Amino acid sequence: MRIGIPAETSAGEKRVATVPDVVEKLIKLGFTVSIQSGAGEAANFSDDTYRAAGATIVDSAAKLWAESDIVFKVSVPTKEEVGLMREGGHLIGFIWPAQNPELMQQLAAKKATVLAIDCLPRILSRAQKMDALSSQAGVAGYRAVIEAANVFDRFFSGQITAAGKVPPAKVFIAGAGVAGLAAISTAAGLGAIVRANDTRAEVADQVKSLGGEFVKVEYEEEGGGGGGYAKVMSEGFQQAQRNMYAKQAKEVDIIITTALIPGKPAPRLITAEMVRSMKPGSVIVDMAAERGGNCELTEPGQAVVKHGVTIVGYTDLNSRLAKQSSSLYATNLFRLTEELCKAKDGIVNVNMDDDAIRGLTVIKNGELTWPAPAPKLPAAKPVAAKPFVAPAAHGHGGGGAPVSAGKMAAIFGVAALLFLLVGAYAPAAFLGHFTVFVLACFIGYMVVWNVTPALHTPLMSVTNAISSIIAIGALVQVAPPLGFGLGRPDGWIRWLAVVGIALTAVNMFGGFAVTRRMLSMFRK
Amino acid sequence: MSASLATVAYIGAIILFILSLGGLSSPESSRRGNLYGMIGMTIAVLATVFGPRVTMAGIPWIIGAMVVGGSIGLYAARKVKMTQMPELVALMHSLVGLSACLVGFANYIDPMVALNLSSAEKSIEEVEVYLGILIGAVTFSGSLIAFGKLSGKIGGKPLLLPGRHLLNLLGLLAVFAFGWQFLHAASISAGMIGLTAMTVIALLFGIHMVMAIGGADMPVVVSMLNSYSGWAAAATGFMLNNDLLIVTGALVGSSGAILSYIMCRAMNRNFISVIAGGFGSGVGKPAKKADGDAQPAGEVVAINAVETAELLREAKSVIIVPGYGMAVAQAQHTVYEITKLLREKGVNVRFGIHPVAGRMPGHMNVLLAEARVPYDIVMEMDELNADFPDTDVSIVIGANDIVNPAAQEDPTSPIAGMPVLEVWRAKTSIMMKRSMATGYAGVDNPLFYKENNRMLFGDAKKMLDEVLVALKS
Repeated sequence: MRIGIPAETSAGEKRVATVPDVVEKLIKLGFTVSIQSGAGEAANFSDDTYRAAGATIVDSAAKLWAESDIVFKVSVPTKEEVGLMREGGHLIGFIWPAQNPELMQQLAAKKATVLAIDCLPRILSRAQKMDALSSQAGVAGYRAVIEAANVFDRFFSGQITAAGKVPPAKVFIAGAGVAGLAAISTAAGLGAIVRANDTRAEVADQVKSLGGEFVKVEYEEEGGGGGGYAKVMSEGFQQAQRNMYAKQAKEVDIIITTALIPGKPAPRLITAEMVRSMKPGSVIVDMAAERGGNCELTEPGQAVVKHGVTIVGYTDLNSRLAKQSSSLYATNLFRLTEELCKAKDGIVNVNMDDDAIRGLTVIKNGELTWPAPAPKLPAAKPVAAKPFVAPAAHGHGGGGAPVSAGKMAAIFGVAALLFLLVGAYAPAAFLGHFTVFVLACFIGYMVVWNVTPALHTPLMSVTNAISSIIAIGALVQVAPPLGFGLGRPDGWIRWLAVVGIALTAVNMFGGFAVTRRMLSMFRK
Repeated sequence: MSASLATVAYIGAIILFILSLGGLSSPESSRRGNLYGMIGMTIAVLATVFGPRVTMAGIPWIIGAMVVGGSIGLYAARKVKMTQMPELVALMHSLVGLSACLVGFANYIDPMVALNLSSAEKSIEEVEVYLGILIGAVTFSGSLIAFGKLSGKIGGKPLLLPGRHLLNLLGLLAVFAFGWQFLHAASISAGMIGLTAMTVIALLFGIHMVMAIGGADMPVVVSMLNSYSGWAAAATGFMLNNDLLIVTGALVGSSGAILSYIMCRAMNRNFISVIAGGFGSGVGKPAKKADGDAQPAGEVVAINAVETAELLREAKSVIIVPGYGMAVAQAQHTVYEITKLLREKGVNVRFGIHPVAGRMPGHMNVLLAEARVPYDIVMEMDELNADFPDTDVSIVIGANDIVNPAAQEDPTSPIAGMPVLEVWRAKTSIMMKRSMATGYAGVDNPLFYKENNRMLFGDAKKMLDEVLVALKS
């Protein structure tokens, strides 16, 4: 099948849906690849590099759309583009079906099969390699810090120079998703003091691991909204959060906001009042500008100075790092193509039984399949693995889990029969010893379960030494009182006994000595 | 010393032996436990020697034998390397087995024993002799083979004779037949024929049984032989009507049995299948790769010692999982050096010990103790498994099956259900191995192909030395 990559048409979009390195891999999967001339120009990939990788260069968008079985796109396709699309073709790219119902109908009318990369079920760990939202957010997070550094008028890292002491910049990052985390590590890498907050308490460790400090909102509420997103929080929480932001605004030099809630306008975190309270020369980078902005004063697509604070509201952070964004996006799409073409024969198979593919597919052969049912959680597995841990109790007399009632009854039955037989046939003298034997087995059972596993080797060597008690059997045979001359083969017996004593003596002395040597090594 | 006094002394010895085993519940009390054992043994031997059943004529013989045996034992205990402990223990089991045989024979040819016995008592006595020698002989030859396998004098591969179960069954029938003949023998010399024949069969059975068991099942075998040596002592006790021997034998026997049970549970296998030999129920190689999907997918990423050091330096918490490979390479001292260095840097280093790591129960603990690793950072599998997700680096040194994720993830795997150390849940796992070869179970290890796993190929000692040098620089 032929994969086509048109030049992006929306304003300011500099990314391209595939890069030369990935073209080679796609060809290895059995596809042929066409690129519209100049598609990679803005991301610094020339037609020649694509050609060298094995792609065909097509002059016009119309021709490319018409001859491609599968089209890779970055930004949401326009009406005109869909018009160019061939009947029954495949389209892979950002679609945002919830925001673009008209587009969906148009695509359905074309009998298309559409995979919206933004609809990937992100909770599947298998899906991570295809997660374009994450890869793009990571790039954007990095760029947000760079933009902030660009307009900020001081160093990020603290320095002590001959010309005086420079305090480090303080950066506050609102929202520790993929973009937020990328921003944290970038800012920390530049030497700033980084603080971050998120409504999901579980990301605190991730923030710390990247060198940031997690600022808690003093209010008890759990903010995980499923699928790795945050949810809308209660009024009480929002009040506490506003107080915290107001406090941070006064202290920090740079604020980077990344807060988004799926399907809703971006939450207003930074009020005009807070902006006014910031030091002159401070910077706010609003990564949610496209969706209305986290800051009241943000103007989407622009950098403005208000109350002495520069508010950066660029919506094209990814295009400002077009080569990097394109490479990662291209790899995401390649991984998806791999999943679609497991046979490596250049033919895609949209397998609706696969949770990841099912989630991505918003239209199949003109039929609307969005929204997808929630994928079956693979969570059952780790939980199921846990019960192994339960029978850890090798303690105090118990041998792990209790035996089932039926098994227990069987054991008792066999034991009763055995005892009955012994009682019926054995003479009295034997029974005395038998009693001792059975009781000793029980004592051994109780005592040995208490032995810590670390000392199992010393246990073996000490039991070994103790079992040389068999020497007593040999000792009493060497020279018993009376009874010489009754035809007793004294010589034979004595030699057998002496050898027996010598052998057990090896054990007796060797066993205890080696146990002692081992135990003396165990130290705290 | 009167007979009553001797009996009381025996009771004292019994109590001391029980305390001795009880002392092993923690490393602090274990040294005292060992001391109790020694005192108990001394009391038992002295009470016997000076008791009513040994005359002065025997003393020189006894002293002579004790000095010879004792000095050999002490010499061996001092010279043995900690990596050779399994061999030593196996060898010692064989000595107990052999002495049980000797005592049994000596008892049988002694006409005084049967002097005042009724016919029922005489039969019981003879059954006890027969059983004692049987168990003793199996223990003796089995332990010798185990010693040979553990010390590498005999190959570790299971030797599977055709129709081996049938052979064993025939052996058992023959033992019964000779036993019948032995019980109905008119005289001692007539009985000797059955007894000797049975001993030979028992010796062959012991050899055959252990030969059929592979190297990694050795923990089970060693603890099973430990158990047998106890039962042999108990049988001797019945034969001699001596309660001290019966109790001590029972203690040792149940101890070994429990250890075998623990080992089997740790491999998720039942005792019978281990003893029956081979892996699984005798099907030699598991039918792996039946369907294409079962083959682990992904790439194997190799790293070198310098990169390993780099990873360790950046880690905050590290878990080391040692296996038999560490013992073979004698790498425990280097492991400790690395541990010490990392701990000085504030890294939380811990050790995870699988119950069947190594060739005998607790083998790894002893090696680490020898290298002076503090025992409070050496953890059991169950204590540690929950901590892997919070661990930066887990290092597997010369182990394979005990860290195989297939045990949990692939229900068709031959080792499915076996508890394993979940090293792959750490952020990065490093597998030190000489090659990509499968472990003992012959099962592919999907761990190699996990995204967060790195392979460090080479001899454990050599690689760890390089890591240590890189860490220090």
